[in-house]
Amino acid sequence: MILSEESVKQIKEKMERYPYRKSAILPALTVAYRQVGYLNDDIYREISKIIRIPVVEIAEAATFYTMFPKQPRGKYLIQVCHNISCSLLGADSLISYLETKLGITKGETTTDNMFTLISVECLGSCSTAPMMQINNDYYENLTPEKVDKILEELRAKA
Amino acid sequence: MFYSPVRTNAKIVAASENLHLFRYVEDPEQVKIETFENRGGYKAWKKVLTEMSPEQVIDEVKKSGLRGRGGAGFPTGLKWSFVPKDSPKPRYLCCNADESEPGTCKDRVLMERDPHAIIEGMAIASFAIGCHLMFIYIRGEFTHCHERIEAAMKEAYAKGYLGKNIFGSGYDLDMIVHTGGGAYICGEETALLNSIEGERGMSRIRPPFPAIEGLYACPTIVNNVESLATVPHIINRGADWYKSLGTEKSTGTKIFSLSGHVNQPGNYEVELGFPLKKLIYDPEYGNGILGGKKLKGVIPGGSSTPILTPDMIDVNLDYESLTSVGSMLGSGAVIVFHEDTCIVWVILKLIHFYRHESCGKCTPCREGTGWLEQIIRRIEAGQGKPGDIEEIEDICGNILGRTVCPLGDAAVMPIQSAIKNWRDEWQYHIEHGKCLVKSEFPFGQK
Ligand SMILES: Cc1cc2nc3c(=O)[nH]c(=O)nc-3n(C[C@H](O)[C@H](O)[C@H](O)COP(=O)(O)O)c2cc1C
Ligand code: SF4
Ligand code: FES
Repeated sequence: MILSEESVKQIKEKMERYPYRKSAILPALTVAYRQVGYLNDDIYREISKIIRIPVVEIAEAATFYTMFPKQPRGKYLIQVCHNISCSLLGADSLISYLETKLGITKGETTTDNMFTLISVECLGSCSTAPMMQINNDYYENLTPEKVDKILEELRAKA
Repeated sequence: MFYSPVRTNAKIVAASENLHLFRYVEDPEQVKIETFENRGGYKAWKKVLTEMSPEQVIDEVKKSGLRGRGGAGFPTGLKWSFVPKDSPKPRYLCCNADESEPGTCKDRVLMERDPHAIIEGMAIASFAIGCHLMFIYIRGEFTHCHERIEAAMKEAYAKGYLGKNIFGSGYDLDMIVHTGGGAYICGEETALLNSIEGERGMSRIRPPFPAIEGLYACPTIVNNVESLATVPHIINRGADWYKSLGTEKSTGTKIFSLSGHVNQPGNYEVELGFPLKKLIYDPEYGNGILGGKKLKGVIPGGSSTPILTPDMIDVNLDYESLTSVGSMLGSGAVIVFHEDTCIVWVILKLIHFYRHESCGKCTPCREGTGWLEQIIRRIEAGQGKPGDIEEIEDICGNILGRTVCPLGDAAVMPIQSAIKNWRDEWQYHIEHGKCLVKSEFPFGQK
């Protein structure tokens, strides 16, 4: 089993609230992703057993959504918004800045597996642009000084 | 505390008799149910359950003139009245909290800072349509909103505002918080329903409309967060009060998300009919263009709406006025850009988004957005060819009005307006292989 007891419990609890079990697919994927950090066929199979929905249907749904990658990523997933409001306030230069600081290009993970850098569509933080999301947290109104500090703090915490 | 540091006009709202959505959003206590109750929260819910019939609720909302704040502006009360009265099936209400139209960041503020207002609005809407299980679909990235709404939901259950036999009325109402997986299209109401059902988030062909056959093939109403958060105020203060705000046909207040090249971006609640120029230039609001530069363009209602030129911005922010200048109010996201911005670059950012987010169900959108991105990327990279503009126009013409859901139109409309309003600049780009103005924006230099 990859999924922890706690995850299984959470999935079951969620499933019971819906009128139809199939609705628990997305919540189950979310629980699994939060625990593991990515999804794979084994995880699909485990979910399939818990919510009693054929594994193809799990995979069918999962592959539609950008939030459920099939590859492991760094401890911290940095997602920079590259949509219009953020771009007008320097998202492109923010991405280059992060690439230089981390020594990777967009889409890559640092060799110590600490940071993965990707750019994504609008995250609903347009009036506090430019912004990035790291794991669950939003970092808004970014400046180079703020970015330096955030990375330092995360490294110290890890 | 995990609040977005976004600027709001809460002070102005609190000092006004009539603005209401943002009254308490600068007070961290507002998220607690006791604070919310002390400020009149859940009174409307009680009134509805103990004193009103579903028809009366629908009539009141109809009379108020409230129109959907999610983008399409459809009259809310009228939508509710489409749910068949005699259907033996269960009915469902889904609050659309997928907020992902580029430029829009208002629902997030309401969820983070006034979660009970949304739950109360959802409950009232549920009663109006005879729903006993309501959903809120929150975009997957909004983890903190999700936590906030869940915490508020638990409080509401504990206080008996949700659950069985609410206020002894015999009415039962349950709530499920459903989170998405990162897909703009899931904000489209039929894709949202598929997503709740555990399917791929692809749009459905209409008819049947969700009000007749929606979630689990049962009558379903989908409403935006802001629309629902407005409903308790209408019940408390009456349709006549609400109607007295805004303009004759665009009643009430609306939150505008102001972003881009302005000195004070933020979320501002104003009465509909508020002048766009004032929103951009007034020191209380946008406070003018960054760096004192010249305005070049304004996207008035989220990335899906036609772009305005500076000579068009003497317009008021209401549904009719924006339509009269060839654009739309949309979700109320006002995106401003100044003279250093290349229009081809703007459009490339947008078409990249629509191509990426197209669900792939229908050919014109799936293929068309891909072709458009290729051509526009080529032009932006300095490799434009004579005939490209006509080609773009042709593809746009073949998408517009020919798709399963409005995403196709949404992708095309800003492009058409950008070509119409800045044709010379596109031409220059193609002829000279470079931008007329280069969009290079260092970050953090406000
Ligand atoms: C591609 C697309 C994305 C949409 N995204 C959202 C969204 O994020 N939030 C929202 O409330 N409405 C969104 N809508 C509009 C919904 O389909 C629907 O009209 C709305 O939720 C109805 O609520 P309202 O009547 O209260 O506005 C979107 C529409 C389309 C076509
Ligand atoms: S218009 Fe685009 S997003 Fe909408 S159904 Fe067709 S392919 Fe999907
Ligand atoms: S455009 Fe970047 S958060 Fe919306």
